[in-house]
This record gives sequence, structure tokens and C-alpha cells, in this order.
Amino acid sequence: MTTLTKTSDAPAPTGPESFLSVRDLKVQFSTEDGIVKAVDGLSFDVERGKTLGIVGESGSGKSVTNLTILGLHNPRTTTVDGEIVLDGKELVTATEKELEKLRGNNMAMIFQDPLTALSPYYTVGRQLSEPFMKHNGASKKEAKDRAVQMLEKVGIPQPEMRFDDYPHQFSGGMRQRAMIAMALMCDPDLLIADEPTTALDVTVQAQILDLLKDLQQEFGTAIIFITHDLGVISNMADDLLVMYAGRAVERGSVRDVLRSPMHPYSWGLLSSMPRLDGNIHEELTPIPGTPPSLLNPPSGCPFHPRCAFKDEVEGSRCTDERPSLAEGRAAACHLTAEQKQTIFIDQIQPRLR
Amino acid sequence: MSDNLTLPAPQGSTGKSAETLLEVEGLTKHFPIYGGFPIKRKVGAVQAVDGIDLTVGVAESVGLVGESGCGKSTTGRLITRLLEPTAGKITYAGRDITHASRRQLAPVRSEIQMIFQDPYSSLNPRQTVGSIIKSPMEVNGIEPDGGREKRVRELLELVGLNPEHYNRFPHEFSGGQRQRIGVARALALNPKLIVADEPVSALDVSIQAQVVNLLQKVQQELGIAFLFIAHDLAIVRHFSHRVAVMYLGKVVEVGDRDSIYNRPRHPYTHALLSAVPEVATEDSEDRERIRLAGDVPSPIHPPSGCRFRTRCWKAQDKCASQEPPLIQLSGNREGHLTACHFPEEPTTEARDEDVVMDPALKALEAQD
Amino acid sequence: MLQFIIRRTVGAALTLFLIGATTFFLFVAAPSDYASLACGKDCSPARLESIREALGLNLPIAQQFWDFMSGIVTGRDFPDGHCAAPCLGQSFYSGDMVWDTILDRFPLTITMTAGSMVVFLVVGLGAGMLAAYKRGSTVDKVATGASMVLSSFQIYFLGPIALTVLVYSTGWMEDPKYVPITEDPVGWFVGLSIPMVVMSTIFTAQYTRMARASMIEQLAEDHVRTARAKGMSQKYVFFRYAWRGSLIPIVTILGIDLSALLGGAVVTELTFSLQGIGRLAVDGALHKDLPLTMGVMLFGAFFILILNILADIVYAYVDPRVRLS
Repeated sequence: MTTLTKTSDAPAPTGPESFLSVRDLKVQFSTEDGIVKAVDGLSFDVERGKTLGIVGESGSGKSVTNLTILGLHNPRTTTVDGEIVLDGKELVTATEKELEKLRGNNMAMIFQDPLTALSPYYTVGRQLSEPFMKHNGASKKEAKDRAVQMLEKVGIPQPEMRFDDYPHQFSGGMRQRAMIAMALMCDPDLLIADEPTTALDVTVQAQILDLLKDLQQEFGTAIIFITHDLGVISNMADDLLVMYAGRAVERGSVRDVLRSPMHPYSWGLLSSMPRLDGNIHEELTPIPGTPPSLLNPPSGCPFHPRCAFKDEVEGSRCTDERPSLAEGRAAACHLTAEQKQTIFIDQIQPRLR
Repeated sequence: MSDNLTLPAPQGSTGKSAETLLEVEGLTKHFPIYGGFPIKRKVGAVQAVDGIDLTVGVAESVGLVGESGCGKSTTGRLITRLLEPTAGKITYAGRDITHASRRQLAPVRSEIQMIFQDPYSSLNPRQTVGSIIKSPMEVNGIEPDGGREKRVRELLELVGLNPEHYNRFPHEFSGGQRQRIGVARALALNPKLIVADEPVSALDVSIQAQVVNLLQKVQQELGIAFLFIAHDLAIVRHFSHRVAVMYLGKVVEVGDRDSIYNRPRHPYTHALLSAVPEVATEDSEDRERIRLAGDVPSPIHPPSGCRFRTRCWKAQDKCASQEPPLIQLSGNREGHLTACHFPEEPTTEARDEDVVMDPALKALEAQD
Repeated sequence: MLQFIIRRTVGAALTLFLIGATTFFLFVAAPSDYASLACGKDCSPARLESIREALGLNLPIAQQFWDFMSGIVTGRDFPDGHCAAPCLGQSFYSGDMVWDTILDRFPLTITMTAGSMVVFLVVGLGAGMLAAYKRGSTVDKVATGASMVLSSFQIYFLGPIALTVLVYSTGWMEDPKYVPITEDPVGWFVGLSIPMVVMSTIFTAQYTRMARASMIEQLAEDHVRTARAKGMSQKYVFFRYAWRGSLIPIVTILGIDLSALLGGAVVTELTFSLQGIGRLAVDGALHKDLPLTMGVMLFGAFFILILNILADIVYAYVDPRVRLS
């Protein structure tokens, strides 16, 4: 995606300041089996009007992170440490009331399954109008006008009539469009999309992804796009964060991370995925083993039990020492920059063709 | 898409040359809908599968792709006779099994096996892995050399599980391992045909490749024919010698892998391929961009004539009145059949102008 | 919706007919009948025959059944007067018209049942929702614990205890009695308060547990999380989104519980010596009074069927997916 021009109503920021900044975020759940370290020391930034892709498998902590940003975790069983700053406002310590004012207004979320994410008991119109009335003090009429306008924008035919329909009267793709319209009702600065197209068919997914991109152009919204699909992220994001076992293992621009990845896990993801134009005689190279349990994560680098390259690192650093993730373009791995480059060029890249 | 990657001559047993193992003609499944007042009666039917033709050769791998509601899963269940066909004919190894009774089916049952999508619900949680894999042998009264237990251990080893885990229960395994158990169960009776219904779509990306490789190994080394049903076009391409594309209960295009992926003719195949999100690489060429409007129509009231016409950019009056036959178009390879009145050019390269049918996208993109 | 109501009404009529037939033939198949009971020990065959004739028991059984059922629609004539439709016959034992007797006794049963229903719905659902809202707190633990204990308190166990404590030993309250609610609402409430509380105890406990479980399930739903993600307040989400969904299993169970509730009314009336429909049903069976039993059975069944249809309508109102498909 090309660089986005900021919309005029955005407060004039100076330079590419980070609009959302997450620092050393730790999220832990207490369960009957023990403490689950769902997110363990995660830091990232999102710039205004840009898209940050977060990619990872189930249990990587990507969804938990974003529920925590919105403050939607269960406070009874969850402890949150670290800093989340949205537009100068600290969210971890914010009260429920303060968060309520931000949710749906400054930050909104789109969920994976639009069938379960919309209430079956209320009309689509009512569900769209609610946040607009609450945050803008708008009347029912004003909210309806806005809702109809948004429904039209996301491509719902006859929005006036569909306003009074219930979600189950919509098809899958239409429901996700309504969900997007709902998230954009108050023109939020930050939109979190959690696997928004995973439940959809591939042709509908393509429509929805393009729609999100086009709407972002128009509204200048910053997007955090969560997915397990590298193809989707390649089309959607500006920057990319690869998560594994509750930690960020690689960070950089989408182009850099996907074309010259530096972390063995990223290599594994890319070479385990068949491509439409790939060489069919090249066997897929899966990542051996299974993702770790977060109740009892591996010592040192959480990826070491599955890593094919840990022998290239001197001593037992991979099992003993947790690799850190430097600022900017970086990977949390003990391999030296040279090693990473040689391994990628000699062993990984040939597989990706 | 690179031209130097045209499919080389198929090695071993692939394609048309091979002997036919399974032949399906005019296969149809309508699920009746009951309703009405005061007496309930049949008021309609979900036309899940509506007259499809398909062949699978010995040791051949055929992919079946399409979006939800296209009938690909129903087709798999009809072929394994988990469902009773409404019409049509299924011939397996020269034998008509369309309406075969349980007893008539018995010898064939062991040769056609199925692998299911959900490795969590398709294994009985109260049985050990050993007895799960053993049970097909018990049901069919098969006593392999060296006993059933030895065979189970061999199978576990073959699918990459530790034979020591014979007495463990399914919940002690991860999703990928459970799918391996499902594969071992399917292999227990030395099948000749495996119908795999979305075998990897419930698994994590890094695990999918493990299972795909396992299935590929099984297919090549044991010479088992596969009907590989999936919505992921890249995985189907990786796995299948031939591919059939389904839309709303019909096969709209079928052909060898190269024809379908590099020289598609049906507009729907074009739209499907263009919609696949791909990781952009430096040397990947620009692909065509086609964005359809709306969702797939309901299979209860499918459009007349060509079923794709309501979402097709080339649709004309003829498409509504005449159903296009599934035929070999001029210029296509043998076995590459397309059901379209107005086929597309056989390429997937970017067009001069994108095809955008979606009204919202049209409106938003017109502003720029 | 209209079609639905018509279909359900036809079904209900059929059900009533079947219930009537079953009761009737079970009764007839019983070893002794009212005539032999009324005739006493030294009964001459001639006297027995004359009683049977007077009651119409000499007619063929099918004819008796037909007379009874058709009387409901057309009314019947008895030697001592006309019985207008809906006629449920004349009691063998008292000679009164069954319909009139039921109308006389019914207000007690229905007001008492409705009263206890209000108690257990308000207290039960309220406590359950509060427990769910404050899940894990002391309130939750108390509510959950109390409902566990109270759900085993049967009416015939709790009733006498309540009477002993509140009436006989302390004299705080008077013996339960029925005052028509139309005449004296306060008197009605005071008179029936003990039976209503006792009768509703088990239900209160059950509905507390059910409301809590249902609410907790709803609060974990995706759409509830979405509502919170929109910035709706916890209270709003709780009372609008989760509450609506949690009603569905409750309405379903309530529909099923209606018959149990009427059964509870019978036990309650016996426990507190109140003259309601329940008492009537027991009398009917005791005296082998065929018309009375038939009348009570059909009337009760009719009532339950109507309430069930109502429950389904409420269901459709709560869940638009039911309404619109």
C-alpha cells in the first residue's frame, strides 16, 4: 500500500509519531492449571493512518493483546502489566468509565465471526446506532441517517430497508460489512480487525479486504490487522509483527519481513505455505513439533524446541537466554546478522520459489 | 505467474492415461425442505449437488475446490456413501455402487476411506488410539499378518507418531497429531481411494504442511487415489494432479493442474484464483484483479441457466436461458472442460482494467 | 404468526380430546365405580341398577364418552336442569354442575399460582442475575449456596414447618385462607402469603441457579463482547444484550414447568387445607366422581396448553430468529 495522506480533521501531528504505543505488555490468566502467560513482554507502535499486521498461530497471544488494548479482558482472572498509550492516554491504568468513552469512539474492533459477533436479538440498525448515540449524543434520527450512510458505504444494497433487518437475515459477507460499518460509525482513529475474513469465502474475503483498504484511505484510520494468513497480511499491512508464544519474534515493514525474513519461525511459516505459483515439485517444509504450552513455556527462546538452527548458535544460549527484540527492523534470535542472511539466502529462499 | 513452470509430463500414474477407479455421472443430491400448512409437505429442496460428472483414476489425486455451499463436501459424502444420492450413478472399479446396500457395499467399504476436517470431533474420546485405528479391521474382519496390534503400530509409525502411544487417548494429542491418527485409521484397511474433506483447514499454518506432506507421501508411496476436497486453492494445487472447480452444485471447470491454475477459462475460476491472497515476492508477476459482488446465492433457488451468471461480468441473456454444457473448448488441452458460453482468455495475468463488480468498491475507488 | 396460532390451537384441541379419552377410559377400567360406592355395603342389585341408571352409567361406554365430550360444545340437559355449554357434566357426589364448581374454586388456585410465580420469577431471576453480575463475590456465593439448599425443600416439608413456626407457636400470622382478590386484595395477600412463599421456594431456588448459569453463558457470548467493544456500559450490556439471550432457556423451561406448578398447587392446597382446584381433583378421584375428575383434568390441561402457546409466543417475541423463519 502506498503511504496514506492524512485526513484534514486529524489533529496536526508532527512527524510520524506513534499514535498507539504498547510497551512491555504482559498479560497473564490464572486458570485451574496454573498461570498462563498469554502475552509476555510485548512492545510495538502503530502510526496514524497505517496498518500494523500481527501474524501468529493460535495461542500466540495476538488476539489477547488486542482485547487488552480495548480493556475487554476479564479483570477477575487477568493481570495486565506494562503500558498501552493511545494518543497520549494511558489505557492499562484507565478506569472502566474512561475506557467506555474510548471504545467504539476512538478505537473500534471487528471480530472474526460476524454471525456470533452481532446480537441476534436486535436489528442491525439499532446495533449500529447505539455507539453513535452514546458517543456523539446524537438523536435516534441522526444515528439512523449516519447508519444508513455507513451501510451504503460498505456496500449493503437498499440500506434504508436493511436497517430494520436482523443479522440472521444477512448473508455472511453482508454481516461482516455491517460489522465494519458499525466499527466505523464514530470514525475511530484506531480499528482493530481480529481475523476479519477468516470465516468468509475467498471471493468474499477479497471484496472485504479491498473494502477495508479503501475505507482506510477515506477515513485515515490506523488499523491493527490480526491474522494467521501471510497472504492476507501481505496485501493489507504496512508493518508486520510476527508473534510466537506470547512474544514478538520479528518486526519490520511487511515488505522486509516477507521478502527477507530474519527469524527461523518466519522462515518456517513461509516455507510451510504452498503458493499459487510455487514449484509443485518442491516439498513443503513444515515446522516440526507443535506450538508450546503457555502454562509452561520453554526456557530461553520459546521457539528453540522447534528450531532447526539452534545448533548454529554457540553454547546453550537458545535454551538459556531469552533473545531480545531490538527497536525497528529486528528479529528476536541469537543467530548473528550474517548467519541469518546466509541461512536465508542459501537454505530458505530456494524453497520459496 | 512464471511460464517456465508449466506442468511437466506427469510422472508415474496420473491423468487420463491411468485406469479409471471411480466414475461419477450426473450425481445429484437434493435435501428436501419440509413445511407448509396445515399438512407438512416437501416445499423445496437444497440443490446441494446437481448433476456432476467426475472421474478419479487409479492412484490419481483429484482436487475439488469451491466456496461454501458449492456442494464439494456433499459430493465427498455421496461418494463414500455416507449420503444416499438422489440421482446419478457412482461406479467404483467397474461396479455400480450408487444404491448398494450395506452388504453389497461391504467389500468396497474397506477400499474407500474418508478423512474428516475436524480432528477433534472425528475421533471417539473414550477410545485409545490403538482401538480407534484397529476398529476398521475388526468391523471388516481383517486379520493382517502378525496381528492387528502389530499393524496398528506400523501405521502409527507410518504417519509419524510414536508406536508407544498405542494406549493413549485422543485428547493427549495436538490437532496435527490427531489428524495423523485419522490418516492412520483411514489407511488401516489398505484403501485404494481416500476422500479427504478439508483435512488441514482446522489446523495451524505450521501444522498444515506436516499433514499435507504426510498425505502426499501416502499418496505417492502407497499409490492411493485421493479426492482432495478443500477451499484453499494453493494447497489443492500442491496436492492434486487434476482439479475440479465447483459452484452451486455444479462442476464449472475441470482439468489438469496447469490448465486450471495457469490457463483457466471459466470466469468463476478466474475470480477464485484472483481472490487468493498471495505473499508478494520480488519476481511474482502482477495478477489479474477481479472482485465479485455479493455472496454466493442460495442453493435452494439457484439462478436459471448458468448458475454463476448473477455474479458474472460477462453474463448475457443466453446465460439465463441456457445452461452451458461442460465441454472442451477449442485451444484447451484434452480433459480440460469448461461450462461457459463466453469463456475468458487462458491466462491469469493482470488485465488492462480490473474487474470490479462490488458496488461499494466501485464507489470508493471512483473517488480516487 | 397467525398460521402458527391456528396450528397450535388445532393441536391443542386434539391433545385435549386425547387427554379426555385417556382419563375417561382409565376411570371406567378401574375396579369399582361411583354407583357401587354410593350403594354401600348391603347393596341390592336392583338398587345398584337404579343408581347406575340415574347417573347414566348403564349406557354403553362409548355413548357416555360421546355425551360428555359433545356436552362441552353443545350443553346438556339433566333431570334437574339444563347445563349450558361448556358443560362438564354433573358431579355424581354433590350433584352440582362441575363447571360451576370449577369456576368457584379456580380463582383461589390461579391467583395463588400466579402469585407464587411472580415471587419466584422476581426473586429467582433477580438473585440469579445479581449472582451472575457479581460472579465470584460473597453475594454470588450466598445466592448459589442458598439455592442449593432450598431446591431440596419440598412443599409438604416446608409447609408444616412454616405453619408451626408462623401460626401455631408464635401466632404471628393467621391460618392461610382465601379471600377473593377482587374483593380485598390486601386480605387476599395476607391470607395466601404463607402458601405462596412455600410453594415458590423450590422454584425460586431452581430459577436462581438457572438464571445465573444462563446469564454467565450469555456474558461469554461474542455479541456481548462486541457490545462492550462499542463502548456500551457494563450495565447496559448486561441488561440489554445478555439478559435478552438468557431469557430464552428460561422461557423454555417455564413452559415445561407450568404443569409442575399446577401439581405444586395441588400439594399446597392439601398442605394448607385450601379449597381450590387441586383439592377438587383429589376429591374427584377419592369419590370416583367421573364428571368431576374429567372436568378438572380437561380444565387443567386446557389451561396449561393455553399457557404453553403463550410461552411460545413470548419465545418468538424474545428471539427474532424464531419469529422470522
